[in-house]
Amino acid sequence: MSIDASDRERHWARTRALMIVHMVIWFIFSFVVHWFASYLNQFSVFDFPLGFYMAAQGSLIVFVVQLFVFVWQQDRIDRECGMAEED
Amino acid sequence: MSLFEMRGSFIENLPKIYGIYTGGFVVFILLMAVLEQMGLGADTIGILFVGFTIFIYALIGWLSRTMQVDAYYVAGRQVPAVFNGMATAADWMSGASFVAMAGGIYASGHAYLAFVVGWTGGYVLVAVLMAPYLRKFGCYTVPDFIGTRYGGNLARFCAVVVLVVASFTYVTAQINATGTIASRALHVPFEVGVWFGLLGILLCSMLGGMRAVTWTQVAQYIVLIVAYLVPVIWMSNKQGFGIIPQFVYGDAVAKIAELEALHKVGELLPVEKIAGMSALTVKHAFADGSALKAWQFVTLVACMMLGTASLPHILMRYFTTPSVRDARTSVAWSLFFIFLLYFTAPALATFTKLQVLDPSLATSVIGKPLAQVMALDWVRQWSSVDFLRVVDANKDGIVQINEFFMRDDIVVLATPEIAGLPYVISGLVAAGGMAAAMSTADGLLLAIANALSHDLYYKMIDPKAETARRLIVARVLLVVIGVAGSAVASMRLTGILGAVAWAFDFACSGLFFPLVLGVWWKRANRPGAIAGMVVGLGAGSWYLYMVYAGGMVPWIGLDHLRFGIVGMAASLIAMVVVTLLTPPPDAETQAMVDEVRIPKGRAILAATH
Repeated sequence: MSIDASDRERHWARTRALMIVHMVIWFIFSFVVHWFASYLNQFSVFDFPLGFYMAAQGSLIVFVVQLFVFVWQQDRIDRECGMAEED
Repeated sequence: MSLFEMRGSFIENLPKIYGIYTGGFVVFILLMAVLEQMGLGADTIGILFVGFTIFIYALIGWLSRTMQVDAYYVAGRQVPAVFNGMATAADWMSGASFVAMAGGIYASGHAYLAFVVGWTGGYVLVAVLMAPYLRKFGCYTVPDFIGTRYGGNLARFCAVVVLVVASFTYVTAQINATGTIASRALHVPFEVGVWFGLLGILLCSMLGGMRAVTWTQVAQYIVLIVAYLVPVIWMSNKQGFGIIPQFVYGDAVAKIAELEALHKVGELLPVEKIAGMSALTVKHAFADGSALKAWQFVTLVACMMLGTASLPHILMRYFTTPSVRDARTSVAWSLFFIFLLYFTAPALATFTKLQVLDPSLATSVIGKPLAQVMALDWVRQWSSVDFLRVVDANKDGIVQINEFFMRDDIVVLATPEIAGLPYVISGLVAAGGMAAAMSTADGLLLAIANALSHDLYYKMIDPKAETARRLIVARVLLVVIGVAGSAVASMRLTGILGAVAWAFDFACSGLFFPLVLGVWWKRANRPGAIAGMVVGLGAGSWYLYMVYAGGMVPWIGLDHLRFGIVGMAASLIAMVVVTLLTPPPDAETQAMVDEVRIPKGRAILAATH
């Protein structure tokens, strides 16, 4: 099996960049937001205190949406670099 | 004739098969409701619910029996992404999620939500860092990846040890949960319930391995999600919050805040302690602003998330999809199906709290005269089995916030009665809890037995063993480990939640960095990985022992639930330092890593190995 080394490199560079973007989003909604929960609780969203809302629901929704977007993005990278599986 | 002889059409027919199954389950619930109206006793309904669902799982297990290696270990790698998502969700959501989570939020408010965040966000790591690459690798078990990527039996053996320690800790908690539920639904002693639960678990997994577990887990997911959502939606409808309460319970949270001020939550503290039960002392939405509390919140989140991404019984579910792309998609579906339950749990906790606190409701407790409270049906029923206690400490004849004690798991189990729903709903909840605990126990037992039979027996002890022999060894191990787990569970050493959190800490201490760096750091080598596993698991276990039993003061608030932070830090440092001090892996290994990183092309390991 011969796959061009430069194609591999391009694919991996884009994959890695995508990974970093998603890890930053993940980090913000896993840790940063909840670190400031007490501060955020003075605001309210849909009548919820914001800090409580983010832990009970907000972060979870972000994770679900983020994953479906990630699947779509990674799939596009695989296809454009010619690294996708044959259907 | 086996259902699976027409294999291609079986996969195509999955939506139809599970559609019929779900319809059948709904008909069964309605039938029970009718029988209840006709005067069938509550006990019989409970027995029928638990008995009928276990019979169905066992039937699926028997229909999925197999003597093929790839069917036994990875369900023939033909599970579609959405169905694998459901199976993973059932695999994932344990007795603790089903029974204890809403109760934990009820008792501890915001602080407990660290579990909700931690047990969902970990899937981002699974999808982005791990699952697609492990699927491309083509391994049967997690130690299979470690053993091939780093080479050598020692690395493989270390991974087996971490897997067994983490999964065994977890499985005892699950068998414990099946025993608790079975004993209550079937009216047998706990010790008998444990063995009955084990029998159900083995019937699901023994004959068909991963294939049987996959299709029973899908069935179990359907039961558990119906059982969780129906009572909450019913109750919220009764309270006027509509049929999608998850999005609109903000009003209830605000109302609770007012009532908490009225009832002096957090000011009136209990004067006595009752083992296993607690009175409300923490405000629902209150987040402590101190740095220590914020640190404790995020460290618990971190341990649960990185643990998620290292737990072998979850990772191995993604070995069963037809392609790398499906593995990735399947993680997203898993999280979606898990989300359905996890974003409902805080809503349930909130509604139950409102039921207890709001003086305008007939079922409420706080601020009411003692005699009136003791006359409530649900209070009488659950205090008779010692799940709650009312103690009039100041002898004023009124129940104050610090005089009402409950066990956490009552919140899910008693919801139908608190809200005055028919008994058929309580039977449904028991079946759901049983499904949650059984499905997780199945996955864990299989993960342990597969690692021992494939990695220890076949790869290290007897590489020439024939297929039939390998599969018999796998089944014998399944029974032996199940029996050992039940024996430990019947001793009731730890609470369900403590043991579950420890399993995550063990898994992330030993496996997280060797797995992630195996894909993302080409330079990572065998001595580094071995050091990472040994030092990580060793440091984590040592810290757990010192904090839990050794009387050591925890470092900066890292108590026994958070020992994974110490283990992971040690693991990362050891792995990086040792790797850099030793020569890089050979060219062949580096080429293998390159291949793992792209979806295209053949798996690293042969289809059957």
